[in-house]
Amino acid sequence: MKTLTVTERLAANRFVLDEEQPHIVVHQELAKATGTAARIIAACPAKVYSWAADGSVAVEYAACLECGTCLAIADPGTLEWHYPSGPYGVQFREG
Amino acid sequence: MSAEVDFDVIVIGCGPAGAITAYQLAKAGRSVAVIERGETPGSKNLSGGIMYCHAIKQVFPNFLTDAPVERLISRNALVFTNPSSHVAIDYGDDRLHAAGTAVTVLRARLDGWLAEQCEAVGAMVMPGLRVDGLVRAGGRVAGVVAGEDELRSHVVVAADGVNSFIARGAGLRPKPPPEQLALGIKAVVKLSQEIIADRFQLSGDQGAALAMVGAVTDGIASGAFLYTNRESLSLGLVLRLDDLTAQGGDSSALFERFLAHRFVAPLIEGGRLIEYGSHLVNEGGQAMIGNLVFDGLVIVGDAAGLTINTGLTVRGMDLAVGSGIAAARGIERALEAGDYSAGGLDGYRLALAESFVGRDMKTFAKAPRFMENHRLYGDYGALLADIFHGVYNLDLAPRRRMVSLGRQVLRDSPVSLRDLVGDGLRAVTAL
Ligand SMILES: Cc1cc2nc3c(=O)[nH]c(=O)nc-3n(C[C@H](O)[C@H](O)[C@H](O)COP(=O)(O)OP(=O)(O)OC[C@H]3O[C@@H](n4cnc5c(N)ncnc54)[C@H](O)[C@@H]3O)c2cc1C
Ligand code: SF4
Repeated sequence: MKTLTVTERLAANRFVLDEEQPHIVVHQELAKATGTAARIIAACPAKVYSWAADGSVAVEYAACLECGTCLAIADPGTLEWHYPSGPYGVQFREG
Repeated sequence: MSAEVDFDVIVIGCGPAGAITAYQLAKAGRSVAVIERGETPGSKNLSGGIMYCHAIKQVFPNFLTDAPVERLISRNALVFTNPSSHVAIDYGDDRLHAAGTAVTVLRARLDGWLAEQCEAVGAMVMPGLRVDGLVRAGGRVAGVVAGEDELRSHVVVAADGVNSFIARGAGLRPKPPPEQLALGIKAVVKLSQEIIADRFQLSGDQGAALAMVGAVTDGIASGAFLYTNRESLSLGLVLRLDDLTAQGGDSSALFERFLAHRFVAPLIEGGRLIEYGSHLVNEGGQAMIGNLVFDGLVIVGDAAGLTINTGLTVRGMDLAVGSGIAAARGIERALEAGDYSAGGLDGYRLALAESFVGRDMKTFAKAPRFMENHRLYGDYGALLADIFHGVYNLDLAPRRRMVSLGRQVLRDSPVSLRDLVGDGLRAVTAL
């Protein structure tokens, strides 16, 4: 099987995007100062987080697989993360 | 004292733990609501996929024929992987298959089926709704808040899975430290039944379960899995969060290397990836269970920390089912007595402790410590491969018997004899 990039792997999934309400908010300064930013950028299996050109953490919340890993390894106060509301977010068809 | 309620019991989450609790109570004639945030039950859920069936057969005697099970496991293998070699212990047994001990499942289908069973006995399943918090009245839990709505019940069941946000949000459970959690990353790869049968030496509805350690995770605890479904493979990594972050691990890149590993790549060759997901796994064992019964609230399944990972098997679904059975028993007693306090619900704690769940959690209490041992994820695989290399790599040197070969390999390995003996003893007492 050809090696697929994370974007190609995510393309196999069904997502229902909540355009109004992002379910992830990064508190930039504290996230960088505590090392949380680097940690979640590396650990997220969907590559939701990345360094933006201006040195902040960019958040592609539409790709989130809702595992909760980022929150589990984030220092207190660096990240607001909750499940998307209602029917939004990833929809596993296999699981 | 008997305040107005909308339901006797409200269950948060329609995974196996919640569904079984709801099914048992609704079947006994109680009014039950199951609130599930997924658009359809199962659409938020993911597991490796081996379900040990002993518990669920108590609830559904025809589980194997009625439920959407994929294959009946007839072959289990443990594979030590190195960058350029592997050593496997491969165990196939018709008895496992005949008894229907374990099956592969895909959660989007299984959980949908469980929800249907709940509805068939009169439970109200409410999908597409996220519970945001608990209603408190008179110092006890008295219902749930979901969006604009507030629903009241005598008892609330937190069956909301590994993140356990409901109990955590109410201050009833601490946030687990990273060493008590692992990141599970999984792909489902489509392959034909014929190819699966050939590649894994299976016939009919037989299935294989492969557990891997070592190079497949770059030496990070705790391992990888590959399970056969009817027409697809479930495969992925389970990466303990403390270990992953300590090594600055890029989990997505690790996953790509896993799919390309020399042992894994040929098994998925020609397949098509049809889903990519991730989910946390409890790794703390008995140490992370905590208090499960409060005034008006019980916690079941993953939300209560009920998972056992021994490296050979990951078990959470059967424990979720077992906790659902025990919770229903405890809640039934509380409803009969009209006492919804922690004391009134304590029957759950007792039933759980007496059940296989309580006993197995205790038996495997040392497994998490054992699984912290890094020799499992590198040195032992290399050691085994070197021994077998000595056996099979016939060259001009005079042959030696295996014992003396083993001694030589051990001398050259970073593993000392004392490590080997100690780890052997620890394995015997932990697993
Ligand atoms: C990669 C991986 C491999 C695994 N392999 C195996 C295996 O091979 N065998 C095995 O037995 N176990 C395995 N497990 C563990 C197993 O998946 C879990 O133990 C099991 O799913 C727990 O069931 P549960 O009902 O407690 O929780 P879940 O199945 O997680 O169900 C929780 C439910 O609650 C819902 N929910 C959550 N929050 C809310 C809210 N606020 N409002 C409404 N609904 C909510 C969720 O959508 C979900 O439906 C694995 C886990 C992972 C991640
Ligand atoms: S929840 Fe999981 S997938 Fe979503 S952003 Fe966090 S780590 Fe990434």
